[in-house]
Amino acid sequence: MFDWLANPNRFNRITNKMQPVLLLASLITIILGLYFGLYDSPKDYQQGHAVRIMYVHVPSAWLASGLYLLLAISSIFYIVWKHPLADLMSRATAPIGALFSLLTLVTGSLWGKPMWGTWWVWDARLTSMLILFFFYIGYILLSNAFERKIDGSKSAAVLAIVGIINLPIIKFSVDWWHTLHQPSSLLKFDGPTIDGQMLLPLILMIIGFCLFASYIIILNVKTKLIEKKCEALILKLNLNEISNIR
Amino acid sequence: MKPKYRRLVIITLIITILGIATQLILMALKDNIIYFYSPNDLKLKYGETKNIKNKIRIGGLVLEDSVIIENNKTTFIITDRIHQIKVYFDGSLPDLFREGQGIIAEGTFIKNNLIASQVLAKHDENYMPPEVAEALKKNGVWQGDIKQ
Repeated sequence: MFDWLANPNRFNRITNKMQPVLLLASLITIILGLYFGLYDSPKDYQQGHAVRIMYVHVPSAWLASGLYLLLAISSIFYIVWKHPLADLMSRATAPIGALFSLLTLVTGSLWGKPMWGTWWVWDARLTSMLILFFFYIGYILLSNAFERKIDGSKSAAVLAIVGIINLPIIKFSVDWWHTLHQPSSLLKFDGPTIDGQMLLPLILMIIGFCLFASYIIILNVKTKLIEKKCEALILKLNLNEISNIR
Repeated sequence: MKPKYRRLVIITLIITILGIATQLILMALKDNIIYFYSPNDLKLKYGETKNIKNKIRIGGLVLEDSVIIENNKTTFIITDRIHQIKVYFDGSLPDLFREGQGIIAEGTFIKNNLIASQVLAKHDENYMPPEVAEALKKNGVWQGDIKQ
């Protein structure tokens, strides 16, 4: 399955068809989600209108951790099967994941000030989320830090794999330790503890963010494929010139 | 064994070992990672409050009818329904502060009372419109203020 998709031409052919659909679907769901989230939904009984920050905060947080899983899995594929497309996939995912984790931290901070009474605390959830952000930044820096690109790809992939450990810590931090951050409202054994009218925009935003992230990552991979072709062409041209001079 | 399977095995081993190591570290640091103690945790861990020298955070509910506010100075009692701790606080309270609300107070102990330097409100995982909250209270199935 992976080998089948890992052919760049096939990847291009399939994603060419997917991209417009993804873009359109993500725009529609995000616009609907924003309409319900910011306008057509009730305020919370104790948070008031500040509850609306959740409709951006929670989807960003899910994507930040979900994309890290994608980054780590494609890094494993790169290290084990050494396929260049897996490396491009990781490199394409990292900046998007970094942005979503930054968005999570910023929106959470904006919510925390009026609700908790503080912008930031060093509790387990907030700290592990910050570490996730640092892993993304570390990946981006390390993958570009070497003169030979392949060295960067390898060492950054190892870093990404090590970072997997952080994912269960983020998820379960609110259950394992006393934290200021509230426990999960959505993924619970006895069903979500969010009112239906608030659940609708939240789910729409989660779907919309996922679609948008898939679109932008595919676009990113394609750009990197073209870059790679250009590099190969330039190399070829240079070689030709050298042989002409001789 | 093919090199790619060897790499796969090595990666699996590394992740497992790192996972166990992290688990052990987190268990060893449990006391440093938890953000606050409940009054009962505190009793079990330290016994008497005079044994606590450093700043500490206590989390629990604001006991009903215990809040006294006099020119910006607040006195209230934190409870986990087992033990209680009296708190003095001189500063501005978060909006969500009220009786029955889960809160966290940070400060030092003087004569069994917590002199708080910061009071934070804890929010629970329940989200609902005001009308629903009213209806729940009316029907007597309200749980919001009791759970932390």
